[in-house]
Amino acid sequence: MNTKEFLKALSDGSTVSGYEYRINDTIMYAFKKYTDETIIDDLGNIISLKKSKANVSNMKIMLAAHMDEIGLMVKYIEDNGFIRFTNIGGIDPRTILGQEVIVHGKKDLFGVIGSKPPHLQEASELNKAIKIEDMIIDLGYSKEQLEGIVDIGDVITIRRELKSLQDSRIVGKSLDDKAGIVAMFECAKELEKINHEADIYFVSTVQEEVGVRGAFTSTYRINPDIGIAIDVGFGFTPELPKYETLDMGKGPGITMGGNIHPGLREHLVNIAKDYNIPFQYEIAPGPTGTDGRAMQITREGIPTLCLSIPLRYMHTSVEVVDMTDIKNTGKLLAFFIASISNENLEGLLCY
Amino acid sequence: MKFNGKSLKNLVSIYGPSGNENKIREYIEKEIKDYVDEIIVDAMGNLIARKKGNGKKVMIAAHMDQIGLMITHIDENGFLRFTNIGGISPFVSLSQKVMFENETVGIISMEPMEDISKIKLSNMFIDIGVSSKEEAEKYVNIGDVCIYKSEYEENENTVFTPYLDDRVGCYIAIETIKQIEDPKHDLYFVFTVQEEVGLRGAKTAAYRINPHIGIALDVTGSGDTPKSKPFAVGLDKGTAIKVKDNSILTHPKLKDLMVDIAKENNIPYQMEVLEFGGTDSGAIHLTKEGVITGAISVPTRYVHSTTEMASKNDIINSIKLLTKLLEDNLKI
Amino acid sequence: MLLKRLTEASGVSGNEKEVRDIIISEIKDFVDDLKVDKIGNIIAYKKGKSNSKKLMVTAHMDEVGLMIIDIDDMGLLKFTTVGGIDKRILVSKPVLIGKNKIPGVIGAKPIHLQKREEWKNALNIEQLYIDIGVGGKSEAEKLVSIGDYVAFDSQYIEFGDNLVKAKALDNRVGCSLLIKLIQEIEDIEFYGVFTVMEEIGLVGAGPAAYTVDPDISIVLEGTLCYDIPKLDEHLIPTYLKKGPAISLVDRTTLFNKDFREKIVKIAIKNNIPYQFRKTSMGGNDSGKIHTTKEGSITATISVPCRNIHSPTSVMSKEDYDNTYKLLKSILLEYKEGEL
Repeated sequence: MNTKEFLKALSDGSTVSGYEYRINDTIMYAFKKYTDETIIDDLGNIISLKKSKANVSNMKIMLAAHMDEIGLMVKYIEDNGFIRFTNIGGIDPRTILGQEVIVHGKKDLFGVIGSKPPHLQEASELNKAIKIEDMIIDLGYSKEQLEGIVDIGDVITIRRELKSLQDSRIVGKSLDDKAGIVAMFECAKELEKINHEADIYFVSTVQEEVGVRGAFTSTYRINPDIGIAIDVGFGFTPELPKYETLDMGKGPGITMGGNIHPGLREHLVNIAKDYNIPFQYEIAPGPTGTDGRAMQITREGIPTLCLSIPLRYMHTSVEVVDMTDIKNTGKLLAFFIASISNENLEGLLCY
Repeated sequence: MKFNGKSLKNLVSIYGPSGNENKIREYIEKEIKDYVDEIIVDAMGNLIARKKGNGKKVMIAAHMDQIGLMITHIDENGFLRFTNIGGISPFVSLSQKVMFENETVGIISMEPMEDISKIKLSNMFIDIGVSSKEEAEKYVNIGDVCIYKSEYEENENTVFTPYLDDRVGCYIAIETIKQIEDPKHDLYFVFTVQEEVGLRGAKTAAYRINPHIGIALDVTGSGDTPKSKPFAVGLDKGTAIKVKDNSILTHPKLKDLMVDIAKENNIPYQMEVLEFGGTDSGAIHLTKEGVITGAISVPTRYVHSTTEMASKNDIINSIKLLTKLLEDNLKI
Repeated sequence: MLLKRLTEASGVSGNEKEVRDIIISEIKDFVDDLKVDKIGNIIAYKKGKSNSKKLMVTAHMDEVGLMIIDIDDMGLLKFTTVGGIDKRILVSKPVLIGKNKIPGVIGAKPIHLQKREEWKNALNIEQLYIDIGVGGKSEAEKLVSIGDYVAFDSQYIEFGDNLVKAKALDNRVGCSLLIKLIQEIEDIEFYGVFTVMEEIGLVGAGPAAYTVDPDISIVLEGTLCYDIPKLDEHLIPTYLKKGPAISLVDRTTLFNKDFREKIVKIAIKNNIPYQFRKTSMGGNDSGKIHTTKEGSITATISVPCRNIHSPTSVMSKEDYDNTYKLLKSILLEYKEGEL
């Protein structure tokens, strides 16, 4: 499976937080070629271990990218078959009006998020955002016809397929954080050609979007020496301040701030410079909005790094990333991992 | 199975706001000690009762603590100022009667306000009917916590009382403890503390026990009162199987298992998708390497008010579902 | 003078090194074991008469401050806050940037050029910048970098009737008290823990508590004080000069009633003035400590500080001394097995 095919399978799949299991096979199949063992834990995190060839090490490096996406959930079925729904994770209601959806009941059903015709609206209404509680999904069936197929609690995704734009830009849903998973995959591929002393745990985490929940339990299990979260960062568009964003195509953002181990981060930057891998800086004064914030405070504390792949229109169903950023993130991770040895680890982690 | 109104009435009436659960814990311990193999009280005050068995380690949690008000200041005229312990609404608590551990009674009132919609707890006070600070200090101290005082009532199918949240969960746990004779699994019934202020007792109890499976017993809301927002749970329509709240997304396989068991045993049930709030299950499922966790909820109207309301049938069906669930293989 | 050195050091959350180094130099000759853990907490251990309950005394090392996020073409620096800072206190303050403590000032539009209505609104962070006095971006980049931490430039000054003004009294007072305790206490076994990043989410406390696994913890803090006249009495969280403030409840902890009552008894027995912290707002390391592993008991004892989280926080030396007295008395009771 090549990288783009893998990304498409991930992005097109349905992986609403708590219900990520649908792409288990896809992920396991992709990593199988480059790792030694895989387990799925009780919450659903997929943990793929690539052992060090040296076979001496007990150093553990954990990479985490989350496999869940934001989505919707059926909360109520009206008498006429219309579906009332709630959000799972941070959804801007303004981005879902007029969208096509798939309701994942006993069967996948196609539906639309309905809207009131503009003709019937007052001028003042047209300026107000519509709240999720006032929206409905129309599946085209009556309540009786839906019986036994759709139930309260079924998850719903926006119907969207990954597409190429120009050059290496692609667009699709849930590239937050499928792009991260693919970056881990690229890293795993690179590590086939390089020696590394540490054992590497590639973790596709669950339920990041609802509170980095999978990261807590998977980090506890593995108890790594170093934890690296690979997520996405805000890609620059003109209405955003430059200093809060990353440029597309200029490499991953390396996060700086309280959540990040300063010695390790300096080392990561040096590796990027040594190997001519483009990168940018991302500032986060407090706990980051990634699995990294769970990793740092697990057990006795874990030295943590975060890498952010630039992504435009985050948390819409038309997220845009640049494939070169994903590849460069994977490369940077591989070279960083290869540079960590039993000799230099203590020095790097020292305060 | 018959509904035991007297037992529930006792449970809801015993003093036990978050951080002050001694009295309710002593009562529950007495109720269950002849039906369990081990009882421990941990550092936080959780009551952990074990019914030994082989098979999986299952933790069943119901919280003992109640919401209340803590006194932070006594003014010169003997009026008491307070802060909330757990979720307290100023509108709901205005003019309500409260009671302290030593049975001192008071009334919640407020400073005069032009616009009552702007009322906050800091504009309110408790009047215990004394005329000076010295007199007040004979009855209460800063740091004391009071709870709502309101009578338990019932009719043929419904109970009306404060603190169904979560003494009804404790009731379900106690009835289940008494009914199960030969547990299929290793059962840890935990009567937790400090759920209302952040699921704190459940977190530490779950760490200690480290179960394979967790089940929380709590109340949930209802969507069957006039003009209420769409919420597919209502009174007397069955026990509620939690799909999600703000603290947990129930493991899909456990959720499906609970639905299957309800169907096989003809237990009426409803699916609960709660858009706010959390339960002990939220703390349990993230313990150590993760725990497969779900929740059984009793549909309840007017939660966190001085009179909460639930259906006796729903309570009985919750006991049934829990009992049948604990008899299953639980191979998830 | 210890509190002067501590408050004038830069230790914004996530960058506590300077403070950590001072603390280590002060305590290393008085402890039996000392280590810095994987995220920067200091964990010190003193041998002594042992007790069935493990005791930990903690104080957080970090302070609120700022972080540079951008250097513009003119060499002016854009920044963000680290920890809870009321943005209205920022304008017109001197600051020190980075390891080399480059001096700068937080400037804004002169009053003469503002319309009257503008005066009513607080300045947004986006309207503020730090000026280090260079002519352009490349000059600035030689002195400072994106990601540099910025602390207020504020000296330790004793003034008035035994009062102290300094930055970061929250929580260098706690650090100072704990250092003194470690230096003076003999023959009582306990862990002294200096945590990182409390101000950005109680980050250091959980891992430190996981490592030490205490049964009882005393958390030392500098806490809010707002005792202006004409404010309703019940809205005053703590007063200056009424002694150490004992916490009842806050956003992160419901303090154990028995332990709290014991502490009050100890204060009364030793004629130490004390007060209760009357607000439930705010939180501290106790929140993470008491719910770690199988749970434990905590108490938070604080020195009241006016103008907390600003460069001009103010405390009373009497309160500081009384807090130390109370702390020491508690440890002596612990030694006797009375806790």
